[in-house]
Amino acid sequence: KALILPGGPLLLSARPAEMATSFQRRAAAGSRLAAVPGTRPSLRHGQLLLSCGLPSLDSVLGWWGAGPGTLPEDKYGLYSNLLLKYFLAEGIVCGHELFVASAKEHPDIILKELPAPLLDDTHRSELAEEATAAKSEDPQDSMKIAWRYQNLPKMEASPTPSTKFGHYYDISKTMAPELFQSIKWHSFYLPEELSFQPEMKKCNMNSAYTRLLQSIQRIICQEGFDGSDSQKKQKNILRIGIQSLGSMLWGDDICSSDTPEDTHSLTKFLYVLRGLLRKSLSACIITVPAHLIQNKAIMERVTNLSDMVVGLESFIGSERETNPLYKDYHGLVHVHQIPRLNSLICDVSDTKDLAFRLKRKLFTIERLHLPPDLSDTVSRTSKQDLAESAKLLSSGCGAMAIGKKHLDF
Amino acid sequence: LPAGCKVCFVALLQSFSHYNLVAQKLGVNLRAAKERGQLVFLEGLKSCLDLVFGEKEEEESGKPSPLQFMSESNSNLKALFDFVRTSLTPSDSDSWKGPVLLVDDLSVLLSLGAAPVAVLDFIHYCRVVVCSQLKGNIVVLVHSNEDSEDEENDLVVNSLCHHSDLILWAEGLATGFCKDVHGQV
Repeated sequence: KALILPGGPLLLSARPAEMATSFQRRAAAGSRLAAVPGTRPSLRHGQLLLSCGLPSLDSVLGWWGAGPGTLPEDKYGLYSNLLLKYFLAEGIVCGHELFVASAKEHPDIILKELPAPLLDDTHRSELAEEATAAKSEDPQDSMKIAWRYQNLPKMEASPTPSTKFGHYYDISKTMAPELFQSIKWHSFYLPEELSFQPEMKKCNMNSAYTRLLQSIQRIICQEGFDGSDSQKKQKNILRIGIQSLGSMLWGDDICSSDTPEDTHSLTKFLYVLRGLLRKSLSACIITVPAHLIQNKAIMERVTNLSDMVVGLESFIGSERETNPLYKDYHGLVHVHQIPRLNSLICDVSDTKDLAFRLKRKLFTIERLHLPPDLSDTVSRTSKQDLAESAKLLSSGCGAMAIGKKHLDF
Repeated sequence: LPAGCKVCFVALLQSFSHYNLVAQKLGVNLRAAKERGQLVFLEGLKSCLDLVFGEKEEEESGKPSPLQFMSESNSNLKALFDFVRTSLTPSDSDSWKGPVLLVDDLSVLLSLGAAPVAVLDFIHYCRVVVCSQLKGNIVVLVHSNEDSEDEENDLVVNSLCHHSDLILWAEGLATGFCKDVHGQV
């Protein structure tokens, strides 16, 4: 399940009110304001926005702050990991600094597998069209039966991003090493971290989490993301990606036990992380093996502590994989939390039914469109249910078959 | 604040600038209220960082952090209560009207390791001081879900409901998501 986006970056050296007026002045002067590379200022929210690496997801979420973003993992962690890679890849293309943490895979390997950006304009527009094209019909065709709908605007399959923000990536290719050359990155690979006593107070938190927090805090201070170095250099964003937090590899037993010894380490970690993100120019995405966490209360708390939670439910291995209703998609997208930073409401998209699909080169998130049901039944039932009923009937279990849907005699 | 009350805001979930920006849009300036002593603001996220990464000298200055319970094995919230009591007990020079305690949001305390009983005790002590003694009001926000499996949270919510004069329950529509009407109260 879900994506978590960590708290948004805040410009530390300027009070939000001051920031707003200075932006207005500059905007009035006609010059483009780009205080930090790869970001866009939002006057309305007094925030810097950045792209998560997937333009179709950016538009679903309304806008991007940078609070903890949590991605509950899909069953095999495939798709959530992909989103994590998009997030990191976007960081490289924008020239941000990266911090990658994992207990499972060495961060160097994760970074080697990032998708290649489509920086070539023709390629971009080709794929952008592929991503946003509705199945457009010839507008001259008049509708016969559904004439009432003729005048309604065409639905777009993919929510269109409101501005040209973010990049597209080709997942069939990995990012060229040259693009990394000017990028600074930090890694935290748990098995290689020395086991020393952390200086920070233990807080009764799992020691792996404690070490990770200390590492993140150290980088934020050292590299000046908390504004401590404001005069010296060009401001930049720190993108933090954490893989499979909460899994057994982090020394946490919430995934392996019904009654874990320590139910609070993960949530305490998130709270401290949230604090760190709020006071620095950073953004964070975490994947969490939510499907393995027995105690559902923990995931509820994780959701409340995250700015954004987006879950990907993959169809692999489920009955939906063969269901013709979902044949165009690879899974569903569940948005559990969207950011409401500096605002009472959020920019919510007007649809809640989202699905994703993974083509050879592109991963997109789209509105779920069910194909027209051309069968003889009155109601839209899944064809599997009908097939099952038919089988039962033919074997003479009439009474049972009637229990399944809608076969009248 | 516009009514002239002394306010103690225990803000656990968001930073000060978030509330300040939102309040500005509603016509209230939190920064100014803080500066004139009308608003005492506890920024939970910042206090937590001070507690967790703080230098040894701060520790020895004598004042325990309001979020002290996070680093102790017993999870009583006395330090937090002391903070509230000190903030709202009027000094001689104060001319503010009745005190108000705001908490956003109480459920976070459970996530930080406080036991439900400790949270309820905290609210109980606050009610004694703020409501009975100082004739003020308390407004608390909690998270709640019908199909929640968070039993500790449910315990806190149910108990609070029993002791409250007014419950405002905001939720989405039963019929599902609607673009124009976000929900019902």
